[in-house]
Amino acid sequence: MTIQIQTPLTDDVVRGLHAGDEVELSGVVYQARDAAHKRLVALLQAGEPLPFELQGAVVYYMGPSPAKPGHVIGSAGPTTSGRMDAYAPLLMQHGLKGMIGKGLRTAEVKQAMRDAPAVYFAATGGAGALLAQRIVGNEVIAYPELGAEAIARLTVERFPAIVVNDCYGADLYEEGRKAYARG
Amino acid sequence: MNEVRELDVAQITAAVRELAMTANYDLPADVYAALQAGKTSEESPSGRAVFAQLVDNADIARDDRVPICQDTGFAVLFVSLGQDVHLVGGDLTAAVNAGVRAGYADGYLRKSIAAEPAGARKNTTDNTPCVLHTTVVPGDRVEIVLMAKGGGAENMSSLSMLKPAQGWPGVVQAVVDTVSRAGSNPCPPIILGVGLGGTIDMVTLLAKRALLRDVGSVHPDPRVAAMEAELLDAVNALGIGPQGLGGTQTCLAVFVEEMPCHIASMPVAVNVQCHAQRHKRVVL
Repeated sequence: MTIQIQTPLTDDVVRGLHAGDEVELSGVVYQARDAAHKRLVALLQAGEPLPFELQGAVVYYMGPSPAKPGHVIGSAGPTTSGRMDAYAPLLMQHGLKGMIGKGLRTAEVKQAMRDAPAVYFAATGGAGALLAQRIVGNEVIAYPELGAEAIARLTVERFPAIVVNDCYGADLYEEGRKAYARG
Repeated sequence: MNEVRELDVAQITAAVRELAMTANYDLPADVYAALQAGKTSEESPSGRAVFAQLVDNADIARDDRVPICQDTGFAVLFVSLGQDVHLVGGDLTAAVNAGVRAGYADGYLRKSIAAEPAGARKNTTDNTPCVLHTTVVPGDRVEIVLMAKGGGAENMSSLSMLKPAQGWPGVVQAVVDTVSRAGSNPCPPIILGVGLGGTIDMVTLLAKRALLRDVGSVHPDPRVAAMEAELLDAVNALGIGPQGLGGTQTCLAVFVEEMPCHIASMPVAVNVQCHAQRHKRVVL
């Protein structure tokens, strides 16, 4: 059964999610990848305000292709989350509750998720044309000079994802792989 | 003596522009068929659901002419230039880059190339330069193949300079280790190009060229075909599965290309390709 989730996330919602849960997210998520994360962390370290409210926020590790005329956004699938591992724990310490991406996280990031609490969702990598259809609003709110790496406020409707890492330390990638490994 | 055929490089620019767009919108038939088959042949339910999403995604991309994936790749070009062709009207490298520039701009494709890799990492804003491999071949034709190579899978690729004593088991281990480490990162189900032999530069090129083969094709040399089958089974035994969620199909195909190597060496390159295996070919 698919769990419907509204953003921003509360601790109660985060604690109710478990690795393997299939979800659909609705509400605002913030598009941010490598270059944007570097700037966000620099702002936090300097004690300066961020371009969006981090408390309860969900970030989507994604850099879209350009929108064709009449389209809200171009193709918009997840990028590899591991490149944001160096930045994610600090963001969680400042209120980040959810991350959408694909691929493995480090032990440090998983520990930060237990501490926060926070949750890591995977969307299907390489399904950018399909996922774009679930994005109904798109407004660049910071660093437009970064192009595809700018921060955008995206409004999503029933955006499909699966919980990979929950706030209890479970890891769907490890469990799934173990279940099908041979020899 | 063969007659020399003149070809204006403007035709090459136009062809590359078109290839950049069609490669990114239209998944090749061989890959599409493999994704279709996975909807029923994958043993994991979540894996079957991933295959279904990927088929839907390919349909949307083809019908709406939007990119299959937002990472529209580094443009890697293979140009086979017939030795009886005389190119006129400009510089070949510039003409190919002009085609990439036009295709990525006009096709609403993402510009993903950063200058000064360890420094400013400033986006070049037009997805150039491309990577251009030119080979001179007999004949009076020019074959151009464009591969749109995404960053996530490329990052999971590997190069190993093995000792000859490690033999075939060492090669298998290098390939399995590469896929195991990569896990869910390169968007499985993946395709592997494996280069074996040559030198450090050639082995990686062999691996990349191997990715141009069709999924489902069998290597004409039965010895190499057997190597490919063994490697495919070994990586699929890892259980990583579609998107790394667990399953029987981590990898759709393994393609091996080999050449002789130095008596002291045994280079192995593994070029990891995501399921969005995008390449298109044209002959001028």
